[in-house]
Amino acid sequence: MSDRRLPSSPGFWRSPLRGPWFTSVLGLVLLAGITVLFVTGLVSYAAYNPGLTPVNDQTPGKGILGFYLFDWPTRPRWLYRLTQGVHVTLGITLIPVLLAKLWSVVPRLFALPPARSLTHALERISLLLLVGGGLFEFVTGVLNVQLDYVFPGSFYPLHFYGAWVFFAAFAVHVALKLPTALRHVRRARGADGEPTPKREEGDLVSPRPDPPSVSRRGALWLVGGGSLLLFATTAGRSFDGPLRQTALLAPHGGADPGTGPGGFQINKTAAYAGIDAAETSEEAWRLVVTGRTGTVRLGRADLLRLPLHSSALPIACVEGWSTSDQWWRGVRLSDLAALVGYGDADGVPDVLVESLQRHGAFRRAGLRANQVRDPLSLLALYVNGEDLTPDHGYPARVIVPAAPGVLNTKWVARLTFGAL
Amino acid sequence: MITPRIARMPRLPRFLRTPSAPRARRVPRPRRLPLGSPLRLLLLACSFALAGYAGVRLFAGDWRGVALWFVGAALLHDLVLLPLYAAADRAVLRAAGRAGRRPWVAYVRIPAALSGLLLLVWFPLIAGQVDRRRYLLATGLPPDGFLARWLLITAVLFGGSALVLVLRLRRAAKHRPPAVH
Repeated sequence: MSDRRLPSSPGFWRSPLRGPWFTSVLGLVLLAGITVLFVTGLVSYAAYNPGLTPVNDQTPGKGILGFYLFDWPTRPRWLYRLTQGVHVTLGITLIPVLLAKLWSVVPRLFALPPARSLTHALERISLLLLVGGGLFEFVTGVLNVQLDYVFPGSFYPLHFYGAWVFFAAFAVHVALKLPTALRHVRRARGADGEPTPKREEGDLVSPRPDPPSVSRRGALWLVGGGSLLLFATTAGRSFDGPLRQTALLAPHGGADPGTGPGGFQINKTAAYAGIDAAETSEEAWRLVVTGRTGTVRLGRADLLRLPLHSSALPIACVEGWSTSDQWWRGVRLSDLAALVGYGDADGVPDVLVESLQRHGAFRRAGLRANQVRDPLSLLALYVNGEDLTPDHGYPARVIVPAAPGVLNTKWVARLTFGAL
Repeated sequence: MITPRIARMPRLPRFLRTPSAPRARRVPRPRRLPLGSPLRLLLLACSFALAGYAGVRLFAGDWRGVALWFVGAALLHDLVLLPLYAAADRAVLRAAGRAGRRPWVAYVRIPAALSGLLLLVWFPLIAGQVDRRRYLLATGLPPDGFLARWLLITAVLFGGSALVLVLRLRRAAKHRPPAVH
């Protein structure tokens, strides 16, 4: 046991930084941060309205894990932009804290005996779920943001079910450790500054520490500096203009894909979706609207003869980036519902929106009645004063306040009211 | 605040107690793993049940791949990444110590840590791992320039650190009492 060459020996770990105060401070930061991540993650899941139609549901086997689902509102119109921006940006910002926390407790991974009691053995197994689950969530999230889909399966079920496995371990870890962490931090505050930990305070304190090369506070400053750097090079992807230029290393940061009215950020170009210019031409394209009284087919010219309305709405993606408000102009979804027999504003039903896109998730999307009814919800024909560009969904796209980007279907071919 | 120590369990009514073996027949048994705190045990059981409920769904697809990622993430971090950066840090400290410049180590450590952090988080883009065609088709922009931007940020970090070091050394030199001739 006393062989200092083995990591199971406390003497193997030499850093004078490790100790209960350092770990407790990092743990409390993660407690607050991960709680926000978990809540905004669940909120994002609800924003897809997975309970509305199987079309929206990437995790049909969720069972009781969807217990809290609610009808996603349309106000405030920047709601998803805020919650998902916080989810992704905060997640990236917390990475240095997570790494530092794991570093601070790594001697415990090797501690012997493997188990002092049955409870202790189970606690250690639970820690595998905590560390494995936490890293799994952060890694899948960070890779998805970078469009590097190397993980084993679809992002939605992996990140969603992984989050619940992680949360189960996280919750019990908090329940078991929070009192200790609070005690250590309180004691330090009472002692007016970071305490000099004694060996008996826990196995985290090295019994033969190296001379310090940085103070504990200095190390925390470095962790905070890392978080600040990641924040400063990421947060800009939630804004347009010069702020976006500051997101130097993140996708959808830096430059916009184009210039002019339709130059703003794109998620899935027309080429990606396999949209042929021939099928979106004035002569070829017809919008098929179906409802109680039958089916109506409308060309773009027919749509332009309907009352046109404007809404200023952002595009907000599950990947955490968003645009500022764009100025959309088109036909209200509720007006289109009225064309096929749902004239009474209160009787507006759900709608299934189908795109010209033939493959890929979310080529079809369901919108709930409250989203259809909202006067800001449009089948947009123009953006920022000009025709939609092909990449933004020409000839027509849906734009709904507060909805996740993928539910704002582009290249719309068919609207079926009351089908869900 | 919850007290971590559990209050002594109330004594159960007689009919719920486990009957104890007659004293005369008690023989020394091999030591078993003690149970530990019953409250902790309950909390852990609850956590495992929830994790199991979600885990069944997590593993419903490519369970081997998911298990590999789940456990692999923990192992890769604890047994590869952490020892690597700890060893690198120790090497820098030792080299600085040998050169008699141990106080200078922060000026290398901080920019290196920050630059390494950016590399770790944005590795797929910086290393050009992302499927170029798909990225271009999805965003309308090529996944270029990330390596160059990371290198520039790294240059700024190290350059800024060097500048701070020079300024501090100069200020220290000014405040030092003049050498006796």
